[in-house]
Amino acid sequence: MSMINYASREINCKIVYYGPGLCGKTTNLEYIFEKVAPNTRGKLISLATETERTLFFDFLPVDLGAIRGFKTRFHLYTVPGQVYYNASRKLILKGVDGVVFVGDSQVERLDANIESMHNLYENLSEYGLDLREIPFVIQYNKRDLPNTSSLQELEAQLNPNRVPHFEAVAVRGIGVFDTLKAVSKLVIKSLS
Amino acid sequence: MAGASSWSFEERDFQRIDRLLQGFLYDSNARCALLVDRTGQLVTTAGEKPDFDSTAFASLAAADFSANDQLASMIGENEFSSLFHQGEKESMYLADVARRVILVVLFDNRTTLGMIRIKVKGVVRELAEIFREMFDRSASAPQTARVESAFVDEAEDEIDRLFGDL
Repeated sequence: MSMINYASREINCKIVYYGPGLCGKTTNLEYIFEKVAPNTRGKLISLATETERTLFFDFLPVDLGAIRGFKTRFHLYTVPGQVYYNASRKLILKGVDGVVFVGDSQVERLDANIESMHNLYENLSEYGLDLREIPFVIQYNKRDLPNTSSLQELEAQLNPNRVPHFEAVAVRGIGVFDTLKAVSKLVIKSLS
Repeated sequence: MAGASSWSFEERDFQRIDRLLQGFLYDSNARCALLVDRTGQLVTTAGEKPDFDSTAFASLAAADFSANDQLASMIGENEFSSLFHQGEKESMYLADVARRVILVVLFDNRTTLGMIRIKVKGVVRELAEIFREMFDRSASAPQTARVESAFVDEAEDEIDRLFGDL
């Protein structure tokens, strides 16, 4: 739910990175944090366990600067991927404007991807949102590993509506900004 | 493509709310008040200018409140309408406003929790009325363009420029 603040002349949009545990959601945000100019981003907040698994969320605000007099900012969030953290996951989706699903390309994670995608549909529907109607892109991460499903297989299983998809190796930054660019443009378009 | 519903916060809303918050700060002797929407966005602040990252603060405050909402329902409560975090010198009081927004009050030993509680009750009632009006206005507004197409074009160029070669 983007807020257009005419008093402070700001527009804030919320983008959530979703997907199964260890698929690379936090890695996406860490790479973005590392690469964008420090004056265009805020602090990266990570609420994680001691073993660096996301417990609640990661949060990174990125500023587009002033567009036609409005300071435009994207709030990037990740959710905890592990199945039993669903209550926290649902909270982070509140008011979402755009979603990135980060899929783990490894063959043995295909079921986890499918389960996470179902869970995303389910959680969004509780807020009255339909994934087919909001800005949504898919990133197939870990394409550099030897044991990956083919792109066709992943698309068939995870992308029936043929939303934009991107191949990625998030630890090396490959595909990270292509994904962010695509979802942020869709979000901006949805404001008009 | 439709995004999630959005709402707008206009200059006249800001002025009404700012007046209320200034009065509240004067009466309660609190240092600073922030309004944060339930999705983690900062709406406005009043009083002493926060010397911390208010964007991160807003996101954490909303998450804190949401998590406590869930805890409330687990013990059979509808909600916790307020939360209190006590520090050695600085404390925080958070209160729900019409299930839409959270009022966060920062205060120190120049006042007391009792005083904050009493004064928050009054200001929350008035704020709730204003926010209900605002959200009703957003809900009843026809779904016409909210930003002009020139804004979209410029924003897209900026996205390319900012994220282009990274």
